[in-house]
Amino acid sequence: MLKSNVFSKKTRNNKIKKEVREVYLRDDICCGVSSCTTCESPTASSATRLTASTILVVDTNVVLHQIDLLENPAIDDVVVLSVVLDEVKNKNLSVYNRIRALCSNSLRKFYVFANKFHKDTHVEKMEKESPNDLNDRAIRVATQWYQKHLGGATRVLLVTNDRENKRKATEEGIFAETIESYVKSLEQPDLLDLVVQPASVDVNMEDIEDSRPSKRKVIYAEHKPMSEITSGLRHGIYHQGKLRVNRYNPFEAYVGSESIGDEIIIYGRTNMNRAFDGDIVAVELLPQEQWHEEKSLSIADEEEEEEDVHLAPSSADDAPRSTTPVNAADQIPVPSRPSGRVVGIIKRNWHSYCGSLDPMPMPAGSGSIAYALFVSKDRRIPKIRIQTRQLGNLLNKRIVVTVDSWDRQSRYPFGHYVRVIGDIGDRDTESEMVLIENDIDARPFTAQVLACLPPLPWSVSSEDLANPIRIDLRQIRVFSVDPPGCKDIDDALHCTALPNGNYEVGVHIADVTNFVHPGSPLDDEASKRGTSVYLVERRIDMLPKPLTEDICSLRADVERLAFSVIWEMTPEAEIISTRFSKSVIKSCAALSYVEAQARMDDSRLMDPLTTDLRNMNSLAKVMRQRRIERGALTLASAEVKFQIDTETHDPLDIGMYQIREANQMVEEFMLAANVSVAAQILQIFPVCSLLRRHPSPTREMLEPLLLTAAAVGINLDVSSSKALADSLDRAVGDDPYFNKLIRILATRCMTQAVYFCSGDLSPPEFHHYGLAAPLYTHFTSPIRRYADVFVHRLLAASLGIFQLPTIFQDRPQLTSVADNLNYRHRNAQMASRASVELHTLIYFKKRPTDTEARIVKIRSNGFIVFVPKFGIEGPVYLTSKGQKGGGEWYVDEQQQKIIKMDSSLSYSVLQTLRIHMEVVEPQPNRPKLQLTLI
Amino acid sequence: MEFVSPEGLRLDGRRPTEMRQLRAEIGVVSKADGSAMFEMGNTKVIAAVYGPREVQNKGQQINNDHALVRCEYSMANFSTGDRVRKPKGDRRSIEISLVIRQTMEACIMTHLMPRSQIDIFVQVLQADGGTRSACINAATLALADAGIPMCDLVTSCSAGYLNSTPLLDLNYIEDSAGGADVTVGILPTLDKVTLLQMDAKLPTNIFEDVMQLATEGCKAIANYIREMLAENTKQLEFRRDS
Ligand SMILES: [Zn+2]
Repeated sequence: MLKSNVFSKKTRNNKIKKEVREVYLRDDICCGVSSCTTCESPTASSATRLTASTILVVDTNVVLHQIDLLENPAIDDVVVLSVVLDEVKNKNLSVYNRIRALCSNSLRKFYVFANKFHKDTHVEKMEKESPNDLNDRAIRVATQWYQKHLGGATRVLLVTNDRENKRKATEEGIFAETIESYVKSLEQPDLLDLVVQPASVDVNMEDIEDSRPSKRKVIYAEHKPMSEITSGLRHGIYHQGKLRVNRYNPFEAYVGSESIGDEIIIYGRTNMNRAFDGDIVAVELLPQEQWHEEKSLSIADEEEEEEDVHLAPSSADDAPRSTTPVNAADQIPVPSRPSGRVVGIIKRNWHSYCGSLDPMPMPAGSGSIAYALFVSKDRRIPKIRIQTRQLGNLLNKRIVVTVDSWDRQSRYPFGHYVRVIGDIGDRDTESEMVLIENDIDARPFTAQVLACLPPLPWSVSSEDLANPIRIDLRQIRVFSVDPPGCKDIDDALHCTALPNGNYEVGVHIADVTNFVHPGSPLDDEASKRGTSVYLVERRIDMLPKPLTEDICSLRADVERLAFSVIWEMTPEAEIISTRFSKSVIKSCAALSYVEAQARMDDSRLMDPLTTDLRNMNSLAKVMRQRRIERGALTLASAEVKFQIDTETHDPLDIGMYQIREANQMVEEFMLAANVSVAAQILQIFPVCSLLRRHPSPTREMLEPLLLTAAAVGINLDVSSSKALADSLDRAVGDDPYFNKLIRILATRCMTQAVYFCSGDLSPPEFHHYGLAAPLYTHFTSPIRRYADVFVHRLLAASLGIFQLPTIFQDRPQLTSVADNLNYRHRNAQMASRASVELHTLIYFKKRPTDTEARIVKIRSNGFIVFVPKFGIEGPVYLTSKGQKGGGEWYVDEQQQKIIKMDSSLSYSVLQTLRIHMEVVEPQPNRPKLQLTLI
Repeated sequence: MEFVSPEGLRLDGRRPTEMRQLRAEIGVVSKADGSAMFEMGNTKVIAAVYGPREVQNKGQQINNDHALVRCEYSMANFSTGDRVRKPKGDRRSIEISLVIRQTMEACIMTHLMPRSQIDIFVQVLQADGGTRSACINAATLALADAGIPMCDLVTSCSAGYLNSTPLLDLNYIEDSAGGADVTVGILPTLDKVTLLQMDAKLPTNIFEDVMQLATEGCKAIANYIREMLAENTKQLEFRRDS
């Protein structure tokens, strides 16, 4: 219990507010070296033991800057001091997580030594000593302790790039080396590419754009010192926020500022002043009269960026934000938003990026050091300059690169090469790129995770049947309707006519939480992944296959565990009663949408299953109608589907996803189940329920839609979702596709629905705009979404059959779960889109095509078209690059038209035209899809 | 925030089940009939006991057969970092006064002292988490010093639950992390619980672990207090003999 440790009490004072804290110094902290006989072996962390004859002690900057190198298995037997960890944690959380991961990895030999609590290595601040010097001294003291503690048997080497620290260390009799000289001594030349060059070398480094240091001019304004930023923020001169770069125009960024309650727009890289997407920055507003000026300046100033053909956006989150005026020369739109410039970076969001090197000639002599520009796949990231000894090898590869520094004199930041993914253009490489870019973990499940699965073959046991919380529904005619070939069936339905004329309708969802227990490695992994990811040629599961495709999948003719929502409904689809229960079901049929539709349509079929389907369908139609009357939007998106060659995984055919009545029927009951569950969990757990909301779009967000509609003479009422739904219904043009097109354009103006914790918002904010529902959650797909797993637990707890884990009492943690789910969800969608884009490119490579397209946006030198058949959109240029349309064409903003100067030809928005699609390679190995007018 | 590092050390270097350093001194207020100072790490409280003496305000006496126990808790203005005036008789003080009074009443053999009253004054000189427990421990020592008959010692200790780990004897930083904080008071010889407070929710199985830990803490404090008293008695004997 109370150990009689030798502890002496020390106090530490803080300047501003006197704070007295105790530090208990200990003598029971182990050194972690296996050959040591003095230390008592620690109880738990004995897995990590340093064995080599040389052990390394690294300083903070080595960890911060050389983490890629440290992650390389060639570096091992490292002592990480707690003082170093604390400092790393303060400076860069992502590096901290990576070094922590190394320390807990049983395959690596990284040992954390809590030097600040060890009685012999604790150091007190000396008078006039800066925190940095104090830390350096603490590191030296600890190194010296190791040296003395281990005697001559083991060499202790301090690795530091700090000249002063190294000098002092040598004076004190400590072996110290820089990281370069240490890596050189390992004699593995390719490791050297991973070493980040210290900033002082950068200045002397040969520049690509501009060679000698004397000639290098200052490009960017100086970052203000932190003290000035803090006082500027306090006085309201500067504004703090996260910088988000426009995905479609990397020269435009936004900083959401709470202090002025609006977004500040930053135009151009000069104003962005070396900030990266995701950095926390301090911004200074520009004088109002410059707001517009800056805008046009930035467009002229920057290099021409071409827009690529991409998948048509499905929501405002995917769509390019168009704040750029169509033709800056003759129209001065009133600047609506403040613009500003970055004066300092409060927190960097640098991480690794994947992409490829800019094509360049090979330097003479192989193996020499070459400088190259790296172009990230993520267009928001500027080019990154790296130096490499293996240029020839890297030129045609997709590689991962990390940023190290960015000084005022260089146009581009400096970085270093981390690893090769594969050859450019190779489908597997490009797919992996998609995964890395979206932070998706596609590694196989670990043995620990797989150990949580029940033994196979699994079947419903007699205990399950005897369990009083489970009702036996095996006699009920339950069936499922899914896309063809679906193996992870997470929902099934039943519909029984009752003697009183009503219907009993049940939605049965796979009982995933029966197998995924809170806090287990399986649960941790699933919560980290957040969702399954669907790429065109593969699926990255959230849960291991045995669960998704067998144990949890509600397949036909096998007994399965489910969580059921059962309603009694009138023939008018009014819900009379709702109950929830765990159950055992036995599905009688796993139908595809096509099969279900065919059964309903075939009037000769009168079997019970078909009757059930028809009853359900008529109920669903009533429910759907009622939902639409409430103002739910029937939105549309252009979802494409590939037919994939099973052998080569190449796309064989491409087409729009067809939606049938049967799809809508299933969807309707899933919506109803989600709504019922949301109401139930919120009633019992008002502050810790996980719900899903869809914020109403602001008028500003709908502006592009209104502009387009007005140009074709349609007036849309956007005052409420009901009004918008009605006016969308009335928007019918000459051709049948017109209405769908307008709906597609409307959909992309809206943001996506998001998960949130009910305690974080007030009830009016719970509203789901798209569904016109006051409450909504996700309950129906626990196999592929973690949110649903979470909601299953809440529902079970609300019924008193499950004990909520402690995380539900921890509001900040709940919020972070919701945030992670949103992040994962978003990334999964982006990955799917990128995968479709990739396969579209592969498909059209061999098949140049002529097809129909619709103009959706007018540009100064052409227009953006949407290709309904393939769900893509991209630019069609009327003038060749560089001409900027100044001569031949002009734009009529009001009418959304681009007109030839002699009025002989014009194109207007929503107009139909025929285009030619072809894959071209303007640069070797960089294929892109090009759209041209026929 | 990380309150327990993966190496199993808390922010101040303790392991999860370790208590802060204890210190105590008996007889610090010579005017009082009994007094003691009690320290748990940086938390420092002083207790003074007056009585048993005649009941001063007869109206307060409810039961003539038992002694009346009164308690007044206060916090010195300089006890926390921000040095603001601590209001007397605010809700928190009243609540803590009540808690201490009830806890002490449970062990004082009040039926031996009819028509008399015992006053316990406790003041926090330095607050760094666990003031409640420190006050009870100081009061026990002061009562013993005053020679007031008690059926057992009362000792108290708190334990919390942070980073999924039960932690013994929370300091201020850990206490203000928003996790559960369980304060337990026990009669160590009789093995009875006289005080149990918690200001957050915990699942029952975890609560039991946390409470068990706090109880162990109480027992360790009881041992310390017994040692202190034995030492004190020895010194008294020594003084009497010489
Ligand atoms: Zn040792």
